[in-house]
Amino acid sequence: MTPNQLMFAIFSAVIIIFSVLTVTSRRILRAATFLLFVLVATGGMYFLLRFNFLAAIQLTLYAGGIVVLIIFSILLTSHIAEKLEKPDLKKIIPALLAATAGALITIATILQHKFPVEIVADSERTNIRVIAKSLISTEKFGYALPFEVISILLLAAMVGAIILAKKRND
Amino acid sequence: MFEGVPLTWFLITGTIMFFVGIYGFLVRKNLITILMSTELILNSVNINFVAFNKILYPDHLEGMFFSIFIIAVAAAEASVAIAIIINIYRRLVNIDVEKMNEMKY
Repeated sequence: MTPNQLMFAIFSAVIIIFSVLTVTSRRILRAATFLLFVLVATGGMYFLLRFNFLAAIQLTLYAGGIVVLIIFSILLTSHIAEKLEKPDLKKIIPALLAATAGALITIATILQHKFPVEIVADSERTNIRVIAKSLISTEKFGYALPFEVISILLLAAMVGAIILAKKRND
Repeated sequence: MFEGVPLTWFLITGTIMFFVGIYGFLVRKNLITILMSTELILNSVNINFVAFNKILYPDHLEGMFFSIFIIAVAAAEASVAIAIIINIYRRLVNIDVEKMNEMKY
């Protein structure tokens, strides 16, 4: 087992175990903490694939931003000691059936397909200069338009969130 | 294959994470836990994009840009969703989806 395989096994095990715990834990704050572990392990997987910039984004934005936001809203809306009620069996069985059936079909399809097996060498790390240039370039492999669209989306989301959560005096 | 790690391993991890997210989305009743399941689903898609990018097209960065945009969309979605959840909590003092059967007040 190469070191890469070992690291992959660790990250993958953390992702699978803690994502299951995220959706089954009955204490909501713990579920948020397990979600944090899943997101950090995903960031580790990006480091494994040498996408250092993406891993940094994952750690700062997901693990640092979104999880903190979720934990804040949990603290605002529910008591920490409170346990969620158990979902009834009538809901669990169809959901479990749908999820396992979907997962089995997808995994069977993946295993049937022959992906190329030539070994990709440890290429150079993603260069931050290349990323920046592609984000503002309008030529082939340039991402100027999505970049602008996403900026408008973020502005709209910010304004919408402020207006929605604002206290109304009526 | 990336230095001994085949592409299928990444895809299977992503698949399991995706369907765990689907299960949580269907079973959970609390709005915030549903939001957390959505984050799981979005994150699993990112793993697939990045693994395909590295192993099939190591010279390009398309998958990475898709992942960056997905992360941005997820951040926007989470902020608006939490604003809506807090607003609902202020009106109904509870964020259980089954007790939320009126949109007007």
